[in-house]
Amino acid sequence: MPARLVELLQHLVNGLSVGTIYALIALGYTMVYGVLKLINFAHGDVYMVGAFSGYYLAGRLVPERAAGAPPPGLAGATLQAALVTLGAMAVCALLGLAIERFAYRPLRGRARLTSLITAIGVSLLLEYGFQLQPIRGLPVAFPPGPTPRFFPELLPRADWSLGGVSLSNYDVIGLAVAVALMIGLQLVVYRTRFGTAMRAVSFDPKVAALMGIPVDRIIAGTFALGSALAAAAAILNAVPRPQIHPLFGLLPGLKAFVAAVLGGIGSVPGAMVGGLALGLAEELVAGYTASSFKDAIAFTVLILVLLFRPDGLFGRARVEKV
Amino acid sequence: MSAAPLLEVRDLRVHYGAIEALRGVSLEVAAGEVVALIGANGAGKSTTLRAISRMIRATAGSVRLDGEELLRLPPHRLVARGLAHAPEGRGIFLDLSVGENLALGAWLRRDRAGVAADRARMHDLFPILAERRDQPAGTLSGGEQQMLAVARALMSRPRLLLLDEPSLGLAPQVVERIFGVLREVNRAGVALLLVEQNAHQALRLAHRALVLETGEVAMRGTGPELLASPEVRRAYLGE
Ligand SMILES: Nc1ncnc2c1ncn2[C@@H]1O[C@H](COP(=O)(O)OP(=O)(O)OP(=O)(O)O)[C@@H](O)[C@H]1O
Ligand SMILES: [Mg+2]
Repeated sequence: MPARLVELLQHLVNGLSVGTIYALIALGYTMVYGVLKLINFAHGDVYMVGAFSGYYLAGRLVPERAAGAPPPGLAGATLQAALVTLGAMAVCALLGLAIERFAYRPLRGRARLTSLITAIGVSLLLEYGFQLQPIRGLPVAFPPGPTPRFFPELLPRADWSLGGVSLSNYDVIGLAVAVALMIGLQLVVYRTRFGTAMRAVSFDPKVAALMGIPVDRIIAGTFALGSALAAAAAILNAVPRPQIHPLFGLLPGLKAFVAAVLGGIGSVPGAMVGGLALGLAEELVAGYTASSFKDAIAFTVLILVLLFRPDGLFGRARVEKV
Repeated sequence: MSAAPLLEVRDLRVHYGAIEALRGVSLEVAAGEVVALIGANGAGKSTTLRAISRMIRATAGSVRLDGEELLRLPPHRLVARGLAHAPEGRGIFLDLSVGENLALGAWLRRDRAGVAADRARMHDLFPILAERRDQPAGTLSGGEQQMLAVARALMSRPRLLLLDEPSLGLAPQVVERIFGVLREVNRAGVALLLVEQNAHQALRLAHRALVLETGEVAMRGTGPELLASPEVRRAYLGE
């Protein structure tokens, strides 16, 4: 293959791999915004907690092998990786429920600014709480403290080269899992009773309650769902890029927020497309100009969207017929 | 001595900030009865319905359905008690399909066969809802949305249906159609509390009626009594 094509394909592979992570995180922002009209600024930190949950779970499930012990079989390793991922998703779903119940629900019906400030408070609590020194007497070293940790290798890495484009099993698995999760979410949102209720609450919670929909429970379920997706994103990201620390949700959180705005905040397909588009844009701009621009792309995109298309790609202005 | 009413509203008060929109409204609806609520713009008709169905919070008073205090229940529990409300502005979920909107009226119901039968009946009454089933409800015209709002409210099989200006902005034939359906629904035993600008239609359908003026009940009587009242004829029937 010509070198230019190889280079382009390589950027596409890398861009997709990052883009799916942004998309998964962006879904949480957009769904919560849908039902509460609130940007949950603690969402990036939920993602961070997802990575640490995976880290601790892996520490228990995948203990250090004694020197010379045989490596686990591929089936065993896959099972462990799946358990770690599902476990982290469950932990974050509970965290999402707790954040909704104790931070946001008491403020329902108050000025929106109050909730926004609370969101920032929850975010700081998680970021700085996780930087405290470990509490003595716990079975694991928690909180982890400020020093970066290395996420364990859940699966043995395999690198391939396809006509010069390098690709690993992590890329393939990450993409497959992310796509499966997004298809699953799409089915939940558009094909289930819960999903219909969620969309009804997004449109008008008062009328949704008239239908008998328990609005608070739907909102709580939405937090749990979005938080679980963030945890999955965190594991998918931490496996190939294994350094994790308490502030490691900050930048992906902000970028995923931009992705959600780009797609049209409140729109589920928009968050998916926005995440992929942002991942690709970052990779292409960084690849063809200078990689130091990479982190600026998201914010440039944010400014452009807000200036020229504030409803995002999939956002629609609502026109009510009289 | 007549039986206890289905709906019993006592001294209902509602404030919007410092404004008192309802100043102690009391009314009753018996099982199977049609009660019309008429009054000028801003009299508090919609506020009364919204306070009963808990879309807004009442400041004081009591709302009992079959003797049970509704103001103490979470709003989403009301539909299971047999109360449905087709609110002012129709309250259609414009993003959702016509079919999904209709299905949401029966969100709590578990009897699939019964829901399917009711859906078929709504499709008979309002064929447009069958034709446009898979399209976003936002693509319906105003009148079609009104039909959807009434049909959706009926999908919960209510015992009491609150209707806020179901004929607003509709062509005369459509008004006839909706009132025909309401008459039929009432004949099947559903009680109606009907707010209408179209006082003629409402008073002809109603067993009893109330006139609201600035948040208070100014007059009550049977439908024919109010239809015959010179004051009502002057103020609300444009004579
Ligand atoms: N959300 C609100 N905030 C402040 N005031 C309100 C609100 N809703 C209604 N009001 C006021 O309360 C009073 C009663 O309003 P309501 O909507 O109940 O009147 P209505 O009888 O339904 O009138 P219409 O025939 O125009 O629908 C009016 O003075 C109105 O301006
Ligand atoms: Mg009104």
